[in-house]
Amino acid sequence: MPDLLNEIVHKYNYWLYIILMMIGLYAMISKNNLIKKLVGMNIFQTAIILFFISIGYKEDATIPIIVSGHGGDAAHQAIQAANYINPLPHVLMLTAIVVSVATLGVALALVVMIYQRYQTLEEDEIRMRVKQL
Amino acid sequence: MTAVLADYRGYDTMFETVVIFAAGLACILLLRTYIQRTRGREYRHIPTGIIIHIQDPNKAPKGLREFELIDNIWVPHDLIIKTVCRILIPFIQIFSLYVVMHGDFSPGGGFQGGVIFGASLILLAISFDLRTALQLVSEKTLGMLCALGVVIYSGIGCLCIMLSGNFLDYGTLSQILPVDPNHIRALGMLGVEIGVGITVMAVMVVLYINIASEGRHHQGL
Amino acid sequence: MNANYPALIVLSPLLAAFLVAALDWVDRRWCYPVALIGLGGAVYSSGHLFFQVMRSGTIAYQLGGWPPPMGIELRIDFLNVLLLILVSLVALVNMVASKKSIHQEMPIKEGTFCTIYLLFVTGLLGVLVTGDLFNLYVLLEITSLASYALLAMGNPDRAPLASLNYVYLGVIGASFYLLGVGYLYIMTGSLNMLDVASLLPQISGSTAVSVAFIFCLVGVWIKMGLFPLHTWLPNAYSYAPVAANRVIAPLMTKVMVYVMIRLMLTVFGFHYVFEQLDVQNWIVGLGSVAIIAGALMALAQTDLKKMLAYIIVCEIGYMVGGAWVGNVQGMVGAVLHIINDGLMTFALFLVLGNIVYVQGKTKISELDGIFASMPWTMAGFVLAGLSIIGVPPTCGFFSKWYLLLGGIQAGAWFFVIALVFSSLISAILVFRVVETAFFSSAQEVHGHHGGHAGHVAILQEAPITMLASLGIVGIGLIAVGIWSGSIVQQVILPFVQQGMS
Repeated sequence: MPDLLNEIVHKYNYWLYIILMMIGLYAMISKNNLIKKLVGMNIFQTAIILFFISIGYKEDATIPIIVSGHGGDAAHQAIQAANYINPLPHVLMLTAIVVSVATLGVALALVVMIYQRYQTLEEDEIRMRVKQL
Repeated sequence: MTAVLADYRGYDTMFETVVIFAAGLACILLLRTYIQRTRGREYRHIPTGIIIHIQDPNKAPKGLREFELIDNIWVPHDLIIKTVCRILIPFIQIFSLYVVMHGDFSPGGGFQGGVIFGASLILLAISFDLRTALQLVSEKTLGMLCALGVVIYSGIGCLCIMLSGNFLDYGTLSQILPVDPNHIRALGMLGVEIGVGITVMAVMVVLYINIASEGRHHQGL
Repeated sequence: MNANYPALIVLSPLLAAFLVAALDWVDRRWCYPVALIGLGGAVYSSGHLFFQVMRSGTIAYQLGGWPPPMGIELRIDFLNVLLLILVSLVALVNMVASKKSIHQEMPIKEGTFCTIYLLFVTGLLGVLVTGDLFNLYVLLEITSLASYALLAMGNPDRAPLASLNYVYLGVIGASFYLLGVGYLYIMTGSLNMLDVASLLPQISGSTAVSVAFIFCLVGVWIKMGLFPLHTWLPNAYSYAPVAANRVIAPLMTKVMVYVMIRLMLTVFGFHYVFEQLDVQNWIVGLGSVAIIAGALMALAQTDLKKMLAYIIVCEIGYMVGGAWVGNVQGMVGAVLHIINDGLMTFALFLVLGNIVYVQGKTKISELDGIFASMPWTMAGFVLAGLSIIGVPPTCGFFSKWYLLLGGIQAGAWFFVIALVFSSLISAILVFRVVETAFFSSAQEVHGHHGGHAGHVAILQEAPITMLASLGIVGIGLIAVGIWSGSIVQQVILPFVQQGMS
């Protein structure tokens, strides 16, 4: 039992992201309103993005911008890589955020199309009207 | 960090910009309709504030100069909003240009600057009127700007191919620009960030206009 | 210029897309020719790359001049060079055949449609050439975004809802893949496929790597439509516009199968996947269930479009089962089947598009007499149907042969039974349509469409561009079948043997 508690406390960031992901997945599956499902989808993607960002963190490290000096001289000094957090996950996640925003935009356009046709956003009502077609 | 984004993984960033471009185009494809609204329009008499509703979309009130066309969700008392926004929007745009240019040295870059610029145009559309915003930046301008940004990005890459390098190898650009090969990478990155900023700006505004007006471009939020 | 073809094959449709988007505002008539030029450039580059790879082996191309693992690398080897030719050819032939359909279904928005179509093809080609795991995710999302938009332009009642359900599942699939790549990055610190492959054997005992593999695999399965994760597929592909359907349905799922094989053989390696994980029996079982379920559900359909969509589900089962039996024959069969199935499905959807363009209805019971009014189209259908059943010399026979041999050799009897069973059901499906089309109902002697029994049959065929495309694909089916031997020997076998050594 103390071992399990140890596990949870030391890796709390992983547990947090998994809980967020499951919340998003739950919203996508069980909510009836189309917009709530989209919100769930966004939570799901955001949880994965947060997970990625957290893996780049090093203890007592700062943001990856060389502050002392500017221009040519700073670039010629050797820097200690351990002092700066890993920028690669951040960069990858910039791309992932943009992709998730673009997907959200297209999904919203689809929801607007559905609303124009069926005048409702509740999925069970839409199913009923589709059956009546 | 922009160095990693635009140089080591410049190919990824180009496709990220293409994703944004695709989202904007997809919005236009899905939502844009050219069917005119048939509900009629509302006009407001400026001296007295009376609102009239004309059923026939082809007719206009006599003495049109005293009337202004309003949306059917128009609310009065927006003089403060209009004045403040009119003053603020140019400063927001200058700030966004600053953010684009300073991506190499401080948090910023093409995406962030483009979003801020796009937000300033959306602010114009919200505070004034969708039609006013569309008169200032027409749909055709926005469409061309969307394409222009990504063409700048891939154009720089193709230029590198034509100068006998690999795709997006900024070092080869020093053959045409009189800068030393180390500095040329920073300039190449600046070029692609500008391209990214243009596309992001145009697509933000396109997405807002099409979703808010359900494709009809007659009125917004 | 000679060395830049790996970048050019992706750039050619991409630049054409931007040009078409700009031309849309200037003069709409230029959109279609520019799109054709872009796709033609891709076909030319793929042919050039094919000869280059056959001559000198794998091509590696570094983007931005940065060597891997820092930069992104494009790798063209024996596996993807065939798929590049397939994708670019199918896209070009479809564009040629679809001009009139686009005009019929979406009259004002042709320019935007062509742009998103080109972006879809760019995404697919990019997925095929890349050698970097995260780049694959970005290109996968471009492809998916374009397909969400393209598939929603069909039947205005049901297409947006079907596409929205596809969006949910597609996002979950892509996010699982991203999560798997994230785990791999934590464990190995690199994103390049070969780099990860060289670093993995040292840490292959850890659970994080197996979890990474499972996440990547499930993500790819959702996107390829493997039973029971296929629920988005029938609706999305049934209500889509004809021109989009014909390019998305054959290609998207097959490129996902390519991604799965690439993950299995190049990134994680044969030893890890088959010897250390030891899940292959379950997955071959799942593939067999997919085959049987797909075949049975196809049998239950009354609409031709849905029937073809369920046939796709069945074929994906073939490929997943064949790839996971674990011997050379099965893997060769799976890879050959990717190419063959792409061609067969494309031919079937071309036939479907012709029928929709001319008649507008697709229920099987309403297709009577079509043999008389659309003979060439139905000839194409019969040829594609024979290929699905697996009759020589069409290409379907050869890939099924390899799959059967692989299954027998590995002792996966459930898989073998499923293969034979689905061939029988495909025969029933094809001949049911042929019977309805050929023998019209007896009551209509003086029929108002396509007269029979003494009247001259009204030839109501599709336009010549569509028929010519169908003819090209039909010849392709037979040609790939006849040349299967040399394709396998010279291209597929070296890759598979190298991957499974």
